Amino acid sequence: MTEMTYREAICLGLTEALDEDPRVYLMGEDIGPYGGAFAVTQGFWEKYGSRRIKDSPLSESAFVGAGIGSAMAGLRPIVEIMTINFSLLAIDQIVNHAAKVRYMSGNQFSVPMIVRTVTGAGASVAATHSQSFEGWYASVPGLHVVVPSTPEDALGLFRTCREMADPVMFVEHILLYGYKGEVSDSIKIPLGKADIKKEGKDVTIISYSKMVHNALEAAGKLAEEGIDVEVIDLRTLRPLDVETIVNSVKKTHRAIVVEETTKFGGFAGEVVSIVQQEAFDYLDSPVYRVAGEDVPIPYSMPLEKLAIPDTDRVVAAVKNIFKKSV
Amino acid sequence: MAGKTNTQNSKPKSKKMTSSKPDSLNEEQLLEFYGQMVLIREFEKESERQYTRGNVKGFLHVYSGEEAIAVGAINNLKKEDYVVTHYRDHGQALVKGIDPKQAMAELFGKSTGCSKGKGGSMHLIDAEKGFMGGYAIVGGHLPIAVGFALANQYKDENRVTLCFMGDGALNEGEFHECMNLSKIWNLPIIFLCENNLYGMGAPAKDHLATPDKIYKMSEAYDIPGFRVDGNNVVEVYDLMKGLTEKVRNGEGPQFVEAQTYRIQGHSIADPAKYRPDEEVEYWKKKDPIIALKSLLIDKYNVPNDTIEQIHVSAEQEIIDAADFAEQSPFPEDKELFSDVYGV
Amino acid sequence: MSTTIVMPQMGYDMREGTVVKWYKNEGEQVNRGEVIADIQTDKATVEFEAYTAGILGKIYANEGVPVAVGEIIAIITEPGEEIPTDLEPNNEQIKEVPAASDPAESLKQPSPVISEIEPTTENGTQFVDGVRASPLARRLAKESSIDIRMITGTGPLGRIVEKDVLEYKISGTPNQNIDSNIKSFDGSGESRIEELSPMRQAIGRVTVASKTTAPHFYVSAEIDMSKAVAFRQEVNNSVTDGNRVSINDLIIKASSVALKEFPKFNSFFNNNTLEFHSNMNIGIAIALTGGLMVPGINNCENKTLLEIAKSSTDLIARANENKLTSVEMNETTFSISNLGMFDVDSFSAIIFPPHAAVLAVGTVKDQPVVRDGEITVSKIMKATVSVDHRVADGAEAAEFLILIKNILEQPLSLVI
Repeated sequence: MTEMTYREAICLGLTEALDEDPRVYLMGEDIGPYGGAFAVTQGFWEKYGSRRIKDSPLSESAFVGAGIGSAMAGLRPIVEIMTINFSLLAIDQIVNHAAKVRYMSGNQFSVPMIVRTVTGAGASVAATHSQSFEGWYASVPGLHVVVPSTPEDALGLFRTCREMADPVMFVEHILLYGYKGEVSDSIKIPLGKADIKKEGKDVTIISYSKMVHNALEAAGKLAEEGIDVEVIDLRTLRPLDVETIVNSVKKTHRAIVVEETTKFGGFAGEVVSIVQQEAFDYLDSPVYRVAGEDVPIPYSMPLEKLAIPDTDRVVAAVKNIFKKSV
Repeated sequence: MAGKTNTQNSKPKSKKMTSSKPDSLNEEQLLEFYGQMVLIREFEKESERQYTRGNVKGFLHVYSGEEAIAVGAINNLKKEDYVVTHYRDHGQALVKGIDPKQAMAELFGKSTGCSKGKGGSMHLIDAEKGFMGGYAIVGGHLPIAVGFALANQYKDENRVTLCFMGDGALNEGEFHECMNLSKIWNLPIIFLCENNLYGMGAPAKDHLATPDKIYKMSEAYDIPGFRVDGNNVVEVYDLMKGLTEKVRNGEGPQFVEAQTYRIQGHSIADPAKYRPDEEVEYWKKKDPIIALKSLLIDKYNVPNDTIEQIHVSAEQEIIDAADFAEQSPFPEDKELFSDVYGV
Repeated sequence: MSTTIVMPQMGYDMREGTVVKWYKNEGEQVNRGEVIADIQTDKATVEFEAYTAGILGKIYANEGVPVAVGEIIAIITEPGEEIPTDLEPNNEQIKEVPAASDPAESLKQPSPVISEIEPTTENGTQFVDGVRASPLARRLAKESSIDIRMITGTGPLGRIVEKDVLEYKISGTPNQNIDSNIKSFDGSGESRIEELSPMRQAIGRVTVASKTTAPHFYVSAEIDMSKAVAFRQEVNNSVTDGNRVSINDLIIKASSVALKEFPKFNSFFNNNTLEFHSNMNIGIAIALTGGLMVPGINNCENKTLLEIAKSSTDLIARANENKLTSVEMNETTFSISNLGMFDVDSFSAIIFPPHAAVLAVGTVKDQPVVRDGEITVSKIMKATVSVDHRVADGAEAAEFLILIKNILEQPLSLVI
């Protein structure tokens, strides 16, 4: 067991990848001498050199596509897109090429590429730098989408991603890099396996990425009022662990889905749909969502706070389920 | 530039086929090339017929009139070199070695197609032969081609990646990004623009800042640019021979503009009303197959029977391919779900 | 062999075409690849090449007449071949295929952003069964044969939720005390009408439903409880924590052993299937003022005799305080009713749904018995099992009951 930050966990995962597999190389903006926009690759360029740490120009489409081509030719690239907002510049390469080349070629090609990117809001960086598109990518067949919330989950999932034969969106959260947690030394976590971060019997909160922490905080507050909350951390959006979600709701009879992205059309809707279909006769309440407001994220701090979900909103949503009418 | 017809802008600086410089190709090779070009033409004619019968569906972009580029360029490559191209890909696929039966079956959407019927005309792929695919997004395959070259360099292999594109791709951001990226990392790649003077329905000159100097566009990135008569298979061959050697010697990316013309419309549904008749007639006379035939007869005294035999055997090969495709089964229903992810 | 030529597909959304001009006449030679007609699509006029060689046998599509894609327009035959006569084209009107809707139209009204929709609070017939209730509440009510319309909802918007159904099962309606509306006969000569408490009403509904749907039959036996009584005494002498074992606890334990052997009696009939319960949660009927409750001791199959005793003591205490949990009330799989404390010899009980059987036992009393040809005194208890005939037959019921009898008559087997 070692205590480390989320950043250190990912850094460790990358180091292992570079040390253990000569086919692995990193590519992205400012990952070289600068050490990475979020300081994940500090020291890598000095240690591994520019053949394996490719500091790329600001050409998302070109370098993500190059990652794809090189993966098709037998390498194992780990490409970094500085934030998920910029992934829109490469979305044709990701969605139309990486996700589909195996299928369109009748299995002649595979794309074992990891795209690391950063999602989320809360750093006052305004509308075009604060979005969360992991749900969009989760709707694309051919991709995997991974959303770790803790250092241990990040490292454990990353180690599995290295073995995937298909492209992975490894989505880190902008506010979690400094978060510390215990990490078991040889942790390895399969994709498609959610984690019950806290057991409970009265209501299930289903969440992922940073919002898991808000859910756990809410659970603590609700316990004081006698509501026993179960918190599920999805850990991967695609593949999705339907079994864990459904079993939990069958047990607690009530559920809320919490995510940071804007509510309308968001991934939480997919989870709600599955829950009501698979656990209909077990539901004692509608399944609600707590998600971002349907607005661009504003710069001004008090407004930004209103735009994204927080612990209090989660608490309120749970209490709403239990309120009496008489 | 209003009022000027395209014919004036499009006359390439070409030498006549019967030049007196020492030949890079002998008669045998030229006959081989002739056979390849005729095979492509027959394949394209048959795929158009099959489209009208409803066996080929969706989009069909034929290479008729542009055969000299694929034949001249790809015959310089080894089997392990990579070809990446756009959706007008049948010609390049056949020269790189794809079996016409598998290609036709792919057009028919049958399970015996090179991509199991799941790709179609725009996604012919034969990885084993180094034909790394046709792709449907204009300009979308350029980064992938760069990726192949990147992998070759990383692994210290001596492969060349030949990336075809149309004049339309020059408009896309990816072209410029890829020029830039391949230069800064000195990648072993040749970008070859088949300038057939038209994007889909508009003349290239309306959408390019420097349509008369496409081959100079690479100069902005310090990449050498060359122009060649795309309907002269010997010229194409000669130029590409030199460039593939340069790339193998580590001289970095190269850019070629091959001027040509598509005899048919952009695709099967396109009667190409946007092209003036005189222009079409002019280019039909410059048909690369006719040109090579003249060279073979005039310079090498190849008998008509030999030429005829090449046509007959190409036609038969394509008839066999169409029969094979017709008799092959469609994919089973369960194939819908296979190959989304690896096992 | 002849080759039919159909109106070709010349564009992925082409639906019909018109031959503008035929370049060949009927009877003329046609070569492969030769242009034989000009065809007009909605985009342009295109040259059409023949794909087989032969004679243009017959033309079916006249110049200027629209033909649907795929319909026959001509036939090419081999020289001298007869033209098949069954090839007349389908001359019906080309069906009007609805034009693809103009995408611009549908974009004119931007769809409203749907914030959390709070449904209005009206009650009425548009709800299932006329009441607003959660799916869970409906299922629980149905399984307990309760009419959901009788229940008052306390959830959001007046929704009937799980809690409301459970409370109803225990006490009728929430916040209502267990009614003891018993007036003694006052001899005044007047008749009176007394409204039944909700619990009484519930009991009425449940028992009517059970008796009228499950075909009950009854099997009785006399059980010699002498050894069991002595055994119980010994156990209670040796316990140090005040946890005393009752006769009923022995019966519960014996039943759980018997249910392992005869799992049918731990199942229930549902729509021509038998649903076997995964646990044994044995309910004990507890009489209260105003009514009857049957809470269960869960997982008897895994409990020792002492654990069962502890559970039953606790259940009875909490039943009297109205503090039973929903799991205890709703997940019983078999039940036992004991009227022994009222000195009743025997009786038959009504099966408590969703069960397959119920065991009714009377008092343990000294009676003369014949053993080895001699008269002696034993402690005899009469037991009657009521069984749902859709689940089991008399012989099976008999075997089940006799097993219980044998266990109780050899009580040491309870602890082996």
